[in-house]
Amino acid sequence: MSSAAEGAEAIATVLEATPLEALHRSLGAKMTAFAGFHLPLHFRDGILAEHRHTRSHASLFDVSHMGQADLRASASMMERIFPADIQTLPSLPLGGMRYTFLLNEAGGILDDLIIARLGEDCFRIIVNASRKGEDFRHIETLLGKEGSLTPRPDLALLALQGPEAARIVRAHADNEESAIAAMPAMSSAETRLADRRVLLFRSGYTGEDGFEIALSSEDAAPLAETLLRHDALAPAGLGARDSLRLEAGLCLYGSDMDETTSPIEAGLAWSIPKRRREDRAFPGAEIIARQIARGAARRRVGIRALGRIPARRGARLLNEKGQEIGEITSGAVVPDGEGLKAIAMAYLPPSFSKPGCRLRFIARGKAIAAEVAALPFRPSRTHRQPQRTEKP
Amino acid sequence: MSATLYTKQHEWARIEGEIAIVGISAYAAEQLGDIVYADLPEKGATVARGGEIAVVESVKAASEIYAPLSGEVAEINAALEGDPELVNRSPEKEGWFLKIRLSDVGERRHLLSAEDYQRFLQEESA
Repeated sequence: MSSAAEGAEAIATVLEATPLEALHRSLGAKMTAFAGFHLPLHFRDGILAEHRHTRSHASLFDVSHMGQADLRASASMMERIFPADIQTLPSLPLGGMRYTFLLNEAGGILDDLIIARLGEDCFRIIVNASRKGEDFRHIETLLGKEGSLTPRPDLALLALQGPEAARIVRAHADNEESAIAAMPAMSSAETRLADRRVLLFRSGYTGEDGFEIALSSEDAAPLAETLLRHDALAPAGLGARDSLRLEAGLCLYGSDMDETTSPIEAGLAWSIPKRRREDRAFPGAEIIARQIARGAARRRVGIRALGRIPARRGARLLNEKGQEIGEITSGAVVPDGEGLKAIAMAYLPPSFSKPGCRLRFIARGKAIAAEVAALPFRPSRTHRQPQRTEKP
Repeated sequence: MSATLYTKQHEWARIEGEIAIVGISAYAAEQLGDIVYADLPEKGATVARGGEIAVVESVKAASEIYAPLSGEVAEINAALEGDPELVNRSPEKEGWFLKIRLSDVGERRHLLSAEDYQRFLQEESA
């Protein structure tokens, strides 16, 4: 047996450990290198089992590699850096969050990130691990004297995702059950979980309801251990995180988007509201406005392989005439009822981007039948409406 | 049941008369992770020792499987078509790939015993 793409076990580079490293090992993690960190690829039951468990119950992911920083700046200054609506974002105690981008002057995506408003002029940002150094420098340059950025390497980040996530979090909330129940998707709150101070975000990267939990490094492993005592909760690694996000139609920076891709091409125009399209105060705004008006030359689409041969990143895509029209940016195999299905994403010209459009991808020299599929592959189940609390 | 023999490429073979049952070792299956597709040869195809006979796709990667022995494909494991994860659940029993009608039973001298294969794995990981 020989493998075309061996796991990315780094040999020469020094990898950073997260505060959960010892816990991962005790749970039987198969570790991998990712963005300079040593992280679980999967645990004992494997990627597919972890994917299924997240969809049916809940999983705990260590995402401490992600870059957290605190920004001090006015909302109007923030809007000169990011294309999101920041002005109307509420502050804590029930803070608002935005999914947005750091763009270059050509409207290309330098990174995708989350902004949470903590106070009037105080924000937490969560950026991709592979981009944090460059992001932080770039943001500081743009802020100049009108704000400051403080990296928070002292914090860990856990993601608790799945239909049972809210029940598990509520079981550990200290007398604030109703406050957590009232948190809609993309909101944040400062609270205590199992007696540890956390900043709780109702967000995630799986398409499920769930939470991301920022807390001090020292508290991360003890809280993870406490949470994992729930029968419904199991640890999950980067493998399932990737297949879950792909099934949810979410982009991976560096694969499905980079500085040559715009949010419009990526189908993420919804994240740039009308007021921001008109004020054009952010980098790349002119090009973004033009792409919105005239349409982008290519669009991100879902791809469904018609067999079970996985469509992997880099595979060329052909139309029915055999002409090359694009390539796979990321692919995964996910559960499909009792079986499995191969799904992927790609950028294609608008004439090939309609769901149902037949095409082929090249795997091991063979042309494999596939078709364009609507994104997401599975409807989102995030917590849109505040839950009604039942009075006894 | 006859002894299971191994290659350094992590295939196994169990020889019964003129037929060898062939699969991948438990170690290989664990390294690959969840197997989602097995591309097997046609029945009747000629295979040469060391030549590529199959490709397995796991959630992580595609891997080639090499013939541990020469001969002709006598049977393929039809159960893998609908349930490729069988390779993970039972790599050295129900998760077999194919049977080869051997052209030279003497080729078994190239294969490793279970003990030698375990020793090889330990040297590899050392």
